[in-house]
Amino acid sequence: MAVISYRQSLHDTLQAELRRDENVLLMGEEIGVFEGSYKITAGLLAEFGPRRVRDTPICEEGFTGAAIGAAMMGLRPVVEIMTINFSLLAIDQIVTNAAKMRSVSGGQVSVPLVIRTPGGGGQQLSATHSQNLEVFYAHVPGLKVLAPATPADAKGLLTAAIRDDDPVIVLENLALYNTRGEVPDGDHLTEIGRAAVTKPGSDITIIGYSRSAVIALDVARKLEAGGISAEVIDLRSLRPLDRETLCASVRKTTRAVIIEDDWLSYGIGAEVAATVQEGAFDYLDAPVRRVAAAEVPLPYAKPLELAALPDAGALTRVIGETLDATRFDR
Amino acid sequence: MAETRGRGTGRAEAASRTRAGGTRRAATRKASRPEAGPDREDPAVLREYYRQMALIRAFELRAAEMYTRARIGGYCHLNLGEEATVVGLMAALRTEDYLFTTYREHGYALARGADPGRVMAELFGRADGLSRGRGGSMHLFDPGIRLLGGYGIVGGQLPPATGAALALAYRGGPGPDRPAVMCLLGDATTNIGAFHESLNLAALWRLPIVYVIVNNQLGMGTTVEAASAEPDLFKRGCAYRIPGQRVDGNDVLAVRDAARAALGQARGEYQPVLLEAVSYRLRGHSVVDPAKYRAAEETERARREDPLPAFRARLVAAGVLGEDAAAEIDAGASAAADAAVEFAESRPDPEVGGLFDYVYATPVANTYRGLPGDPVAGAG
Repeated sequence: MAVISYRQSLHDTLQAELRRDENVLLMGEEIGVFEGSYKITAGLLAEFGPRRVRDTPICEEGFTGAAIGAAMMGLRPVVEIMTINFSLLAIDQIVTNAAKMRSVSGGQVSVPLVIRTPGGGGQQLSATHSQNLEVFYAHVPGLKVLAPATPADAKGLLTAAIRDDDPVIVLENLALYNTRGEVPDGDHLTEIGRAAVTKPGSDITIIGYSRSAVIALDVARKLEAGGISAEVIDLRSLRPLDRETLCASVRKTTRAVIIEDDWLSYGIGAEVAATVQEGAFDYLDAPVRRVAAAEVPLPYAKPLELAALPDAGALTRVIGETLDATRFDR
Repeated sequence: MAETRGRGTGRAEAASRTRAGGTRRAATRKASRPEAGPDREDPAVLREYYRQMALIRAFELRAAEMYTRARIGGYCHLNLGEEATVVGLMAALRTEDYLFTTYREHGYALARGADPGRVMAELFGRADGLSRGRGGSMHLFDPGIRLLGGYGIVGGQLPPATGAALALAYRGGPGPDRPAVMCLLGDATTNIGAFHESLNLAALWRLPIVYVIVNNQLGMGTTVEAASAEPDLFKRGCAYRIPGQRVDGNDVLAVRDAARAALGQARGEYQPVLLEAVSYRLRGHSVVDPAKYRAAEETERARREDPLPAFRARLVAAGVLGEDAAAEIDAGASAAADAAVEFAESRPDPEVGGLFDYVYATPVANTYRGLPGDPVAGAG
């Protein structure tokens, strides 16, 4: 067990899988010579050479589709799309080809592809570089969509994704790359399709994923001091969604608040809320609330950006409102 | 290389070819070379080409009929009039080569060796169809003959085809016995982004792939001139230093020879090649298209230049095929098409219980398999 950064964990996982399996190759913009836009792939070109760590031109549709074709032939490409914003250039290949190839071929051709891509705002990168588009992919049958929030899950989920024979999107987050945590040594896999209860509790369930799961845990720990026992669920997997864990938790706590970085309407939180109200309806003591981004293209100016993005303050306030809605006795 | 008739541009144009770098040699004005004619070919091979062309014709005519009788649903795009292109291209492919097609693909599957009954069964949506009834007309897959689809979105097949060539290059260097990829596309596809991104990657990374533009001179109802700033489509690889060549798509031997040479360059040097085969659709874009946008004399000319009776007549005249033998092949093709329909009719539909069967290769927890109206979560 070592304490390393999320970035280091991703790097080490890619290195380990490249060493373990000849069929694994990396593709993406600036991953080789530049050592990665966010330095995730630093040193890998030097170790594995340009055949296995392949810099691409700027052509997301072309290189993502090429990765799909290579996967159809039995290679196991791991594509880095520099940020999820740029994935829109490749969305036809992802949704039309990667997601449907196995179905449409009657099971004859599979696509063991991984797409790694960070989302998220908060660094004043402005509207076109700050989006959270994972819901577009979580919506699509045929894909798997994972969202590691911790360095340990970065290793566990990325490893699982690479060894999975289906197209898997691994959602990273710019704000998480420098976070640190304990990561198990050796072979470490995190099961796809399972959420994690990162803190048990009894008064309210807080649900988040990626950066928002980290915020949720921080807030829950602070609330504990104030006598509120919050259970925190880190979704980890957006497709498939672990509805069982969500409903079981809310049946126990009777209250739920979701925090997500994406815009409110039609987001991941909407799916979680619909699931919880259906699966825990008779147990709910308050409406299921969502804390999400304001519905604007994220502005550049710092005060505006801060105001638009959900944070611990907003989450704490909404938790309070949810508890008050049932005249919870603190 | 055989001359083209320049129908794609409306200008009289003989064979032209661009080399990497875009310099153009003087056009040759010869008609089809004598050494490429039927008298130099193995008669058995020529008869086999005619048999395949006749089978495609018969199959596609029956498919059109089955569509109007609602045995086939959705869209049905036919290779009627393109038989020489189809058979010529497939004759050039080796067993170990890979094929990516458009949605106008029934003929290619047949010429590549797919069982006609299983192709028709796929059009009928039966469980024994080539894609187990999951794909339909536009998504024929048969890895046994290295047919990797069948693509519905125009140009969607180009990046995966390029990636398949990447996989071949990843596994080994060029050589005369190496496999290559043939990627088919239509004339209108040369204007979509995926075309340009794919050709650039193939040239940059030196991949064993031949992109074949089947220029039937119409993208649905849009002529080549109305869509392409450069209507000499074989030239469009020059931005990527990919050599291009135009060939008469109605001459099965010319198509075969050009494709063979292109594949030879692709596999032997890892030099991608762009080939343009100028052909014609005898009918509309799909079965439901009456093609009212076509002038009557244009359609008439298409019928006059129909490659199937032309090739038949050429073989009979060359003494390769007797009239009786030709008639026998025609009857055999018709019978094979009938047998395909009979087979398809007799097969069961896929089970509704298998709705989710082929979505994922690796089972994972919590995969939701609700039918419409099913609860998303238990009541606890």
